[in-house]
Amino acid sequence: MNDDVEILLVEDEPDDVELTMRALRSENVKNPIRVARDGEQALDYVFCRGEFSDRPKDRPPKLILLDLKLPKVDGLEVLAELKSDAECRTIPVVVLTSSGEQRDIIESYKLGVNSYIQKPVDIVQFRQAVKALGLYWLVVNRPPA
Amino acid sequence: MAGGLGVIRKVENLSIKQQLTRMNMLVSCAALLVACGAVLTYEVAAFRQSMVRGLSIQAQIVGANSVSALMFEDPESARKTLSALDAAPNILSAGIYTAAGEEFATYFRVRQEALPLPALKGDQSESHRFADGELRLIRRIVFQGKQVGTVYIRSDLREQGRRIIRYLLILTGVLLVSLLSAFVLSHRFQRTIAQPLVGLAKVARVVSRERNFSVRAATTTSRDEIGELIEAFNEMLGQIQERDSALQSAREELEQRVAWRTAELESVNKELESFTYSVAHDLRAPLRHIQGFSAALSEEFGAQLSPEGIEYVGRIVKGTRRMGLLINDLLALAHVGRQELHLRWTGLNGLAEEVVQDLKEEAGGRNIRWQTGDLPSANCDPGLMRQVFYNLLSNSVKYTRPRNPAVIEIGQTHVNGEQVIFVRDNGVGFNMKYSAKLFGVFQRLHRIEDFEGTGVGLATVQRIIHKHGGRIWAEAEVDMGASFFFTLNRAEPSL
Repeated sequence: MNDDVEILLVEDEPDDVELTMRALRSENVKNPIRVARDGEQALDYVFCRGEFSDRPKDRPPKLILLDLKLPKVDGLEVLAELKSDAECRTIPVVVLTSSGEQRDIIESYKLGVNSYIQKPVDIVQFRQAVKALGLYWLVVNRPPA
Repeated sequence: MAGGLGVIRKVENLSIKQQLTRMNMLVSCAALLVACGAVLTYEVAAFRQSMVRGLSIQAQIVGANSVSALMFEDPESARKTLSALDAAPNILSAGIYTAAGEEFATYFRVRQEALPLPALKGDQSESHRFADGELRLIRRIVFQGKQVGTVYIRSDLREQGRRIIRYLLILTGVLLVSLLSAFVLSHRFQRTIAQPLVGLAKVARVVSRERNFSVRAATTTSRDEIGELIEAFNEMLGQIQERDSALQSAREELEQRVAWRTAELESVNKELESFTYSVAHDLRAPLRHIQGFSAALSEEFGAQLSPEGIEYVGRIVKGTRRMGLLINDLLALAHVGRQELHLRWTGLNGLAEEVVQDLKEEAGGRNIRWQTGDLPSANCDPGLMRQVFYNLLSNSVKYTRPRNPAVIEIGQTHVNGEQVIFVRDNGVGFNMKYSAKLFGVFQRLHRIEDFEGTGVGLATVQRIIHKHGGRIWAEAEVDMGASFFFTLNRAEPSL
C-alpha cells in the first residue's frame, strides 16, 4: 500500500475511475491517487478505521475528489461527516459528479464543499476540467500546513 | 300633508299587536258611537212624543174644567183653573180663547217675562210645534160636540235637556266600559293572531342574521292562514337546510377531490422530477464512458486501426456528443416546465441586446446585419426571457448561414391592437405546411447534415411564452426567411 497518498478519489464506477485517472495522468498529475469505491470506504480511509485502522493518522489526503452517487453512504453524507470533523474539515473536497441539479449544488455548498464540478459529457471538456482542478488544488491553492 | 304622512308611517311602524289593538278599538268605538247615536235619537223622539201626550192631557183637563167658565163667561173661574198649572213646573204660559178666537183667560208662570199669547182664529185646529226651545200646543175645547173655545199651552224643554244630558252621561259610561272590555278582550284574542306572527318574525330574523336554517317557528294548533304560513315557512326552511347541507357536502367532496388530485399531481411531479434527475445523472455517465474510451482507443490504438476503423470511432464520438446535447436540451426543457416564474419589470431592449452581443462573438467572421427596433418593457422572468431571445436569435443565425449578408431583425408591432414582438431573418425559412410541427419536442424541419440541432429549442421557447400567458407563432416561406411572433401581454400568466 502506497503511504504517500495525496489524492483520494471516491468513485464507484470503474469506467469513471479509469477515465478520471487517465485524465489526471495525461495532465501530468504525478501525485499518488487512492480510490475508494463507496462512501463507507472513503470515510474509513480518512478516519483510519475499519480496514484502514493501521493507517497512520497524521497522513490525511491532500485533496478529496468526491462523487455524489455512491453505494452504502452517499457523497453528501460523506461530505457532511468530513466537514463536521474538526481536523478533516480542512481537507479540500471537490465534488466531481454527473449531476448538475441545483439542489445537489446548493446542498454541497451548504455542507462546506470547496468546489463543485459537473463532469462534462464531452471527453475534451472533461480533460480540461480535470486538468484545471488538479492545477488549482494541487499547485495554486495553499492548504493549511 | 307631511304631518299626515308621518302619522301614517307611524301607524305602519307599529307592531302587529299594536295595530290589531288599534283596529279593534276603532271598530268597537265606531260601532258603539253609532249605537249610542241611534238610541239617543230614539229617546229624544220618544220623549217628545210623551211630552206632547202629557201636555195634551193637561190641555184637555184645563179645557174640560173651563167649559162652564166659558159658558157663563166667567174669566175669573177660568183663570183659577189655569193657575192650577203652577203644579207643572215646565209650563211657561197658557191661555184660553173663546170660540171666536178672543183671549178669555191667561196664565203666566213669571209675569215679567210674559210673552203675549198668539192671536188665534175661532176655528183654530189642534196642533203642536217645537220651536225656540219650547213646545207650543193648541187644543180645542169641545162641549156637546161643539167647540166652545181653545186652549194654548207653552212648555219649556228643560226636562228634555236634562234627560238628554243624563242619557249622554249614561252612554258615555257605557261607551267607556265597553271600550275597556273591548280592549281587554282584543288584547286576549289578538294573542292567537299576533303571537304566532311575532314568533315567526323572530325566527325569520334569526335565519337571515345567523344563516341558521335549523331553527323552526313555533306551530299553532289553528288551521287558519297564519298556521299555514308558519307551516309553509318551516317547510321552506327545511328545504333550504337540506339544500344547504347538500351544497356543503358537495363542496367538501369537491375539496376532497381537489386534495386527492393535488396529491396525485404532486406524486406525479415528484416521479417526473426523479426521472429527470436520473436522466441527468445516470444517462450522462455511460455517454462519458463511451466517449472517453473511444478517445482512448483512437489515441492509444489509432496506429493499429484502419482508416475505416478510425472513421467509425469518430462516428461513435459524434453520436455520443449529439446524445449529450439532446439530454442537456431535454433537461433544460423539463427545467423550464418546473421552474417558478420570477416576474419583474424588464426592458426587453437590454435583454435582446445582450443576446445579440453574445451571438456576434459566437458567429465570428460572418457578415450579419443586425437590426434592433425599439422593444417594450414587460413583466416577465428575465432569465427565461433571455433564453427566448437566445433560442430565437441563434436559430436565425444558424438558418441564415448560407446568406451574405444575413439580415436579422428584432422589433415590435401591433396585431389587432395586441403588442407583438418579432424576430425575422432572411434565412432558408421553411414550408408552412409543417408549421404545426415547429414547436414540438425533437421536431426538426431540416436535415442534420445541413443544420445541426436537437429540436428542443423552439419547444422550450414556446413553453416559456405559454408560462408567461402569451402566444407564439411563425410565418415563413422556403428560401425567403422566417418570422417568429410572440405576445406576453396577458396579465395573468397560465401555468
